Amino acid sequence: MSADQIESRVIAVLVDNEPGVLARVIGLFTGRGYNIDSLTVTEVDAGQNLSRITIVTSGTPQVLEQIKAQLFRLVPIHAVGDLTTGGDLVERELALVKVVAKGEQRVEALRIADIFKARVVDAGHNHFVFELTGKPKKLNSFIELMQPLGLKDVSRTGVVAIARGPEALGL
Amino acid sequence: MSGEMTGAETLIKALIDQGVDTVFGYPGGAVLPIYDALFQQNSLRHILVRHEQAAVHAAEGYARSTGKVGVVLVTSGPGATNAVTGLTDALMDSIPLVCLTGQVPTHLIGNDAFQEADTTGITRPCTKHNYLVTSADDMSRVVHEAFYVARSGRPGPVVIDVPKDTQQNKTSVYAKAKEVEARRISYRPQVKPEHAKIEQAVELLSKAKRPIIYAGGGVINSGPVAAQLLTQFARMSGIPVTNTLMGLGAFPATDNHFVGMLGMHGTYEANLAMYNCDVMLNIGARFDDRITGRLDEFSPNSTKIHIDIDASSINKTVMVDLPIIADAGHALEDLTRIWTARHTELDKAGMEKWWGQINEWRGKDCLKFEQPSKGEIKPQHAIKTFYEMVASRDKVIVSTEVGQHQMWAAQYIKFDKPNHWLTSGGLGTMGYGLPAAIGAQVAHPDALVVDVAGEASILMNIQEMATAAQYKLPVKIFIINNQWMGMVRQWQELLHGSRYSESYSESLPDFVKLAEAFGATGIRVTDVSELEEGLTKMIETPGPVIFDCCVTKDENCFPMIPSGAAHYDMILTKEDKVANPVSQEGMVLV
Ligand SMILES: Cc1ncc(C[n+]2csc(CCOP(=O)(O)OP(=O)(O)O)c2C)c(N)n1
Ligand SMILES: [Mg+2]
Repeated sequence: MSADQIESRVIAVLVDNEPGVLARVIGLFTGRGYNIDSLTVTEVDAGQNLSRITIVTSGTPQVLEQIKAQLFRLVPIHAVGDLTTGGDLVERELALVKVVAKGEQRVEALRIADIFKARVVDAGHNHFVFELTGKPKKLNSFIELMQPLGLKDVSRTGVVAIARGPEALGL
Repeated sequence: MSGEMTGAETLIKALIDQGVDTVFGYPGGAVLPIYDALFQQNSLRHILVRHEQAAVHAAEGYARSTGKVGVVLVTSGPGATNAVTGLTDALMDSIPLVCLTGQVPTHLIGNDAFQEADTTGITRPCTKHNYLVTSADDMSRVVHEAFYVARSGRPGPVVIDVPKDTQQNKTSVYAKAKEVEARRISYRPQVKPEHAKIEQAVELLSKAKRPIIYAGGGVINSGPVAAQLLTQFARMSGIPVTNTLMGLGAFPATDNHFVGMLGMHGTYEANLAMYNCDVMLNIGARFDDRITGRLDEFSPNSTKIHIDIDASSINKTVMVDLPIIADAGHALEDLTRIWTARHTELDKAGMEKWWGQINEWRGKDCLKFEQPSKGEIKPQHAIKTFYEMVASRDKVIVSTEVGQHQMWAAQYIKFDKPNHWLTSGGLGTMGYGLPAAIGAQVAHPDALVVDVAGEASILMNIQEMATAAQYKLPVKIFIINNQWMGMVRQWQELLHGSRYSESYSESLPDFVKLAEAFGATGIRVTDVSELEEGLTKMIETPGPVIFDCCVTKDENCFPMIPSGAAHYDMILTKEDKVANPVSQEGMVLV
């Protein structure tokens, strides 16, 4: 693999859930010119006051190593895991997709939703809201197929990920 | 707990428990309760500066010259924003600081209240860490944690933003420093090296025929013992040593193993030794662009060992073969032990040849200059003469401003001990030198503290003369007055067709009268025949002195590696034209 080839990585970060911690992480990425393709965060352990951030980023292998080292340097960060190189991972994203359609297009939208195992979470005479979970690619194709059928609005969570197997992101 | 205290009193108690004796600051509405608590105690001394930027630089000078954490106290809003340059400076040069900023009361935060600024937001990228104290109960914990973070690992500045109500509110909570440190489990800097890696380092070095040690500010931050260990190791192994600008003093400059500073204005021998070495041992330096020059031509044939306490410094710009994450002192201790235990000796013939080569490069005498016996003073001569006059004195601390004079000071003053050299390396902050000298003088009342200055830089924090006067701090300001922003002029001459755009120091003040206006002594010298007398007067006169040393106006600082050039592309004299026209990539570099 060439040293200046751009690769994509899923990085998981365990942080103290304290004010400013997300700003620190995001500021690090903007300040040093790193890419954020997706970022999600929420508390995962209320007892220990820990949040987990999942970042999808891309860069050369050298930059990706820098990103991990720079993240780990932040005071409230407990652990930084590279889920892409660390072994197999499970990646999921959730999308809510609003389609406004009538007649034949409405039927077609439902048919596609069925194929993708998307659920209808809201419906009216001329609209649907679908809920769909899967890898980002699957969500992309679904949204693309809905485009000509009256796609109106999309909300996505960004990627969450976890390593396969019995190990946890270490403290 | 012994009853209730206000947040401000708790803060002061925590500072005292941290061993703080001096605070550099400037008052304002949002810190009045802290100033009130300061007024009612006798353990802490407050030094009133004349600008908050100077408070931070003074604390840096204090920290760098003592190895302790420097402490700053400023008000909210403009007090905090004025401190930002100093904080950035300390971050770049890894100086441990705790900066307390006042803040509007918690219930007004976010309301655009008078003198409100988003201090934690503004300082997040220019501190190692920062805090907003939202309850007086948190005060002691935050202060102790801030000191721990500032001084441990790779040191740096930490801001504590303290809203006025948390200063005034009462609390009975007082956390102990040790407990606070133990609780912060997310922050555990690695200080001890992996044993196997040090063994590998010994292995790699033992086979070297052209080794070099490239040591930086990390050795100084580790403490004087690290510098001693470095000295011992180099002498024992016979390996030549070069220091970065921040590392000067980490190895005795008068020792024959020292080949000078490296980098953009480093010596011919240091840069060529870096280019030609076969094994490089980097201890506590970060392959800064001022050091490496053109990256793809940086020491192309060497095996590189990098010891650094900060994992993010490793493989950031230069890929190394053996990374070792550790504190410099611990690593040097282990290195020396294993080296000795194995009776390691370098290849005699190889090392003789290497030193032969280095001595040949030394023969170039790259720092030579010509000083006529009458007339104009060459700036190099002024600084060299100063060094020769004070070389035998016990305690001389030198700070600098930024520009040519800074580089000449680095080249001609030989530092044999750490913590005696204070300069703004990473940020290159004009205006650093005078307040840094003040901070150092406060910590070392008996030392001779000299700010080697430029006439342009000194004006950036000249108001601090009043601080020096108030506390009778006998700092000496040695202005190398070339009437130009010399370093800017040099780049314009060499890289921009001698188009001197806005780099002349127009309308300079009369520095002698200026000194007198501040109640200090002013001296001016224009002819080389008066130089020694002027210097003697500067050194001997009690109290603060401004020595306006008028020098040749258009002297350039050599050697110079133009931006984007390789180590072998050094310009040594005015006659050396910039070898190949500097590349487009080179021209965009700073
Ligand atoms: C705060 C700040 N502004 C601008 C610069 C850019 N700069 C670097 S050196 C220099 C000129 C310094 O002139 P002087 O203090 O007279 O020193 P000399 O180079 O003449 O020795 C300038 C403007 C800087 N380093 N810092
Ligand atoms: Mg000048």
